[in-house]
Amino acid sequence: MRRAQHNRIGDQPWVKWLLVGLTLTLAVLLLLVPLVMIFAQAFSAGVAGYIENLSDSITLHAIGLTLLVAALTVPLNLVFGTALAWAVTRFNFPGRKLLITLIDIPFAVSPVVAGLLYLVLYGNNGWVGSWLSDYDVQLMFAWPGIVMVTVFVTCPFVARELIPLMQQQGSEEEEAAVVLGASGWRLFRKITLPNIKWALIYGVVLTNARAVGEFGAVSVVSGNIRGETNTLPLHVELLYQDYNIVGAFASASLLAGIAVLTLAVKGVVEWHQSRETVETPSDRTGA
Amino acid sequence: MTIRIERVNKFFGNFQALHDVNLEIPEGQLTALLGPSGSGKTTLLRIIAGLESNDQGRILFGDQDVSKLHVRDRNIGFVFQHYALFRNLTVAQNIAFGLESLPRRERPAKAEIAKRVKELLEMIQLPQLADRYPAQLSGGQKQRVALARALATRPRILLLDEPFGALDAKVRKDLRRWLRSLHDEFHFTSIFVTHDQEEALELSDQVVVMSHGRVEQVNTPTELYARPESRFVFDFLGHVNVLSGQIDTDRLSQGEAWVRLPQTAPQGEAQLCLRPHEVRLVEQPSEHAYLPFNIEAVSLIGSEVRVELRPDGWAGDEIWEVGISHAEFNRRQPKRGDRCYAVPDVGHLFVGTDSKPRTLAWVQ
Repeated sequence: MRRAQHNRIGDQPWVKWLLVGLTLTLAVLLLLVPLVMIFAQAFSAGVAGYIENLSDSITLHAIGLTLLVAALTVPLNLVFGTALAWAVTRFNFPGRKLLITLIDIPFAVSPVVAGLLYLVLYGNNGWVGSWLSDYDVQLMFAWPGIVMVTVFVTCPFVARELIPLMQQQGSEEEEAAVVLGASGWRLFRKITLPNIKWALIYGVVLTNARAVGEFGAVSVVSGNIRGETNTLPLHVELLYQDYNIVGAFASASLLAGIAVLTLAVKGVVEWHQSRETVETPSDRTGA
Repeated sequence: MTIRIERVNKFFGNFQALHDVNLEIPEGQLTALLGPSGSGKTTLLRIIAGLESNDQGRILFGDQDVSKLHVRDRNIGFVFQHYALFRNLTVAQNIAFGLESLPRRERPAKAEIAKRVKELLEMIQLPQLADRYPAQLSGGQKQRVALARALATRPRILLLDEPFGALDAKVRKDLRRWLRSLHDEFHFTSIFVTHDQEEALELSDQVVVMSHGRVEQVNTPTELYARPESRFVFDFLGHVNVLSGQIDTDRLSQGEAWVRLPQTAPQGEAQLCLRPHEVRLVEQPSEHAYLPFNIEAVSLIGSEVRVELRPDGWAGDEIWEVGISHAEFNRRQPKRGDRCYAVPDVGHLFVGTDSKPRTLAWVQ
């Protein structure tokens, strides 16, 4: 039996250590070194230089705009994603399968293309945009346009997290709650929400990370107006093109910081999720 | 509360799940909906509950038409096959859920709810598990909690969807008895769905046999077993031994085998159906039947010895099964490969394409 086990692929120690070593080296080179470099570059002019670069008024505006976009995008997609997941997992209607496929469009389409599409539709010369501009409403090259494309790009995250979970959990608990006389709101708050809460938090964290970091689509619709329609990722690029390397990396370090925080929250959420699913019955004394 | 189901139809797309179902469920009794999977029994139960809507017809609770009434306003208790306990709530919170969902003016005070939950926990004999979560319970415990939860609001009607389907044999038997005694004590009108004929016959006051979305027969368990009105019901309620052959004057024969009929019957093709307990085994053929067999297997498990027989000199669709007492087994010691003869005492004759059988009895 020992021989047979030794002949299994990857069971020899040297194969194991070769694979582990290779993966580790690549991970360090490709993932960890760049992350460390961002912070190294950001602080290359000292802490004072770092703070000075960040407290620049244009940088502060970019930070503010980015936070505003995230603050509007996340709740919108939280509601939309939950409603969509609920609709496709709890009801059977014509076009249900199509809807599940449609939700993946933002993943499949390049963000730049999405930005262009919004420009064509809502720009001042676009179909909807020209009508809106008659009423003096401007969406593109202003913050509403940035929010619109960010919502588009991030809308699958919450729904994609919820749909498989809600499918697996089924609707029996909800049916039981309705039979017991629970109102729609009580049913959602007491039964559905607690069951999906970790997946929901996970979806929100991913949505937030993407909303803060989105570059392509935002770059097309924002018009890159410094101090007005510049989000943090666009600002990093501008600073870099101005040869302000330290400034660029100082701003980039904020984005990297959000990424690290996202990973930390993700880790905590995943730990909670796995703990809830492997909860083993401690009392099995029969009926 | 009597439940009446009038001309109910249900379609899922092009598939008709229920055909013109008419049914009356008597007040205070335990009624079983029995049928194979796909017979529409669960659909009917869910329509009564209001979890599914009927396409035509009406459902009445007493004199009230509830067809358009929302499930939450029907005041029924429902027990799901897979328990459907709220996984994020404790056992006590699960049981209290229905009471806490009542509109504010009907809702009992907190202390009142706690008292009722305590009573229910004692009723299901699990007071020590009040603070456990469903994942920490065994299947039988979960189903008891589900029952207590369904009964907490004192519903007029209790509906159970394959309540013991997911449990192992021993627990299933215990819970069955417990439900029966609970029902005898409280007398709620209950309907339960099952595909297990033994469960239906043992537990219920009335059995509704369903097949392909239609009601085949409604009767008490004893009547149903003794007088099935169709071949489907006959086959579904237990093992059947069949002799298919031709009737010629007073004899039904096939190959070497024949049975003399005790009463006149139309000539032509016919099937004689016999339950395992309606047949005796003898060493010599009798004057009213010649049914030779070879013993295929003898099974001693249970209160009766089951002898499996292979037709010898004639063609049977399946192996025949005959039950003999342990005393007779000890006296005769039948062994595998022995030759023997069967003699019917009571039988059910389906002539031609008749759906209802004629019951035959041979006088000794």
